[in-house]
Amino acid sequence: MTHYLDFEKPLAEIEGKAEELRTLARKSEGMDVEAEASALDKKADQMLVDLYKSLTPWRKCQVARHPERPHCIDYINALFTEFTPLAGDRNFADDHAVMGGLARFNDQPVIVIGHEKGNDTKSRIERNFGMARPEGYRKAIRLMDMADKFGLPVVTLVDTPGAYPGKGAEERGQSEAIARSTEKCLQIGVPVISVIIGEGGSGGAVAFATANRVAMLEHSVYSVISPEGCASILWKDAEKMREAAEALRLTAQDLNKLAVCDEIIPEPLGGAHRDQAAAINAVRAALTKMLADLNGKSGSDLVKDRRQKFLDLGKQGLSA
Amino acid sequence: MNWITNYVRPRINSIFSRREVPENLWTKCDECGTMLFHRELSDNLNVCTHCDHHMAITPRDRFNALFDGGIFVEVKVPEPITDPLQFKDQKKYPERMKAAQKKTTEKEAMLVAEGEIGRTPIVAAAQDFGFMGGSMGMYVGNAIIAAAERAVALKRPLVLFSAAGGARMQEGILSLMQMPRTTVAVQMLKEAGLPYIVVLTHPTTGGVTASYAMLGDVQIAEPNALICFAGPRVIEQTIREKLPEGFQRAEYLLDHGMLDRVTPRTQLRDELITIIRMLTNQPPAVKGDLPAPDETASQPATEQAEQTDKND
Ligand SMILES: [Zn+2]
Repeated sequence: MTHYLDFEKPLAEIEGKAEELRTLARKSEGMDVEAEASALDKKADQMLVDLYKSLTPWRKCQVARHPERPHCIDYINALFTEFTPLAGDRNFADDHAVMGGLARFNDQPVIVIGHEKGNDTKSRIERNFGMARPEGYRKAIRLMDMADKFGLPVVTLVDTPGAYPGKGAEERGQSEAIARSTEKCLQIGVPVISVIIGEGGSGGAVAFATANRVAMLEHSVYSVISPEGCASILWKDAEKMREAAEALRLTAQDLNKLAVCDEIIPEPLGGAHRDQAAAINAVRAALTKMLADLNGKSGSDLVKDRRQKFLDLGKQGLSA
Repeated sequence: MNWITNYVRPRINSIFSRREVPENLWTKCDECGTMLFHRELSDNLNVCTHCDHHMAITPRDRFNALFDGGIFVEVKVPEPITDPLQFKDQKKYPERMKAAQKKTTEKEAMLVAEGEIGRTPIVAAAQDFGFMGGSMGMYVGNAIIAAAERAVALKRPLVLFSAAGGARMQEGILSLMQMPRTTVAVQMLKEAGLPYIVVLTHPTTGGVTASYAMLGDVQIAEPNALICFAGPRVIEQTIREKLPEGFQRAEYLLDHGMLDRVTPRTQLRDELITIIRMLTNQPPAVKGDLPAPDETASQPATEQAEQTDKND
């Protein structure tokens, strides 16, 4: 069963009708519905094109959070070989909201780190919906140190609503962990490449996305605050999330204009969840290219370029 | 010797032009309810003389009390582009900015200055919670970078007083990008081997806490300051339970190993001097009154002129 977003409801109706016809035909022999069904398919395809060619920022947020969208674990399984998870922060716990370890990308050994949201109720709870605690950031710091020591590029896959707002997380230094993770990203003398695959939620995302190259999937979002959070603060009404999403300029397209996003990775028609393999392959192509760009550079150049890139941000606004 | 013209007059001007408090001579402490005479309160650095409650203090007032003789020179901060996203909620961002500027008589939410404390040269930066909640946008980022660069150029420690609700939503992703940008600034100091001391004041939250405000060599907080990433209300909504007394307050963080010290504002200056002089391997500070600074410690004439103009 496909999960339809609220703006996809008309599409759900047409696709549902086509499906119904075909089920009916299978049950009663001699009944030919194909012509009618494929007419509906065609109508649905056109609707999909129309819906997705100009998604509003709020709709993009919904697509970015789509439960069937490929998650960190899907990318790791499909794009990397010999993935060897490395656990724990050597201090308190292993945070399951953050995946990390050694792996090969196109045979090259790398460190891969990412937020994992989970794909069903059980795994979502286990993964804490992709909201990391300090241990998650500290595990990442440890892995980045390892990458630096052994000269391995770091690939991060960002997909988080934000860092976890919990009692223990605060007591154990959520702020400090995020700050140190961002600091580590800026220090290491190896290529750091980040792909925002879904939601780039605030500081919890920055901690992994302070990279030489930041790519975003076409319908992913990256923001200082969720549209709902922004709406409830600035509009005093959480229902104004559409307006807030608009104002925040959180789409890959706007962030590309602001130079925060270096590259937009195209998604299959109807979003990454409609064709996971196509989305994953597009990420493979982008990663291959970005890694090739950075592989020859010296550690000190990589550090210098990374810093300069962030220092330069904000020099260009959105030219209206 | 024209230090009086260059330093003291602007300061005196600023005191008289900015702080005319004719009708409201009394402030009520929101903690204990005591009515405090303005003069008495400002002499005590906005700390209640009755219950020691630390009220907000503007960066300018803080610097006047911090630097020897109240003498400091502002460090110029590169202007960012205004309203980069053309942000509009119920109000336009430039309108909110204008209102904040009018209310505070300051340009933005951070003031950077150089001067001496106990004859120890430093650069200091202070965030103004009264200016749009002290929020960190591009200007604040530029201010911290400017402060770090100036500190490196002069080989001086940087003391930073944080106070902010977090990132400035009206600058969207560009406010979030101040987290890495300010972290680069901290790294500049680190590489130059210069002390970076953070004084966390009430409140310091969100992306500010999760970047430059948590990266100090020494982390000091003012008593009872709220210091957190996620605010208590958000946490209570998430975990659906009541938080313990004093949660996320300075003393609580000290207990949990997140701070070096909690120090009352009235003792901060002496403590900063002591710490900085040890970190920079200087002899103990000379206590007591100090003579006026001489010109050799002063700034290029152009900057003095700017300073004078600004305050006139
Ligand atoms: Zn009081």
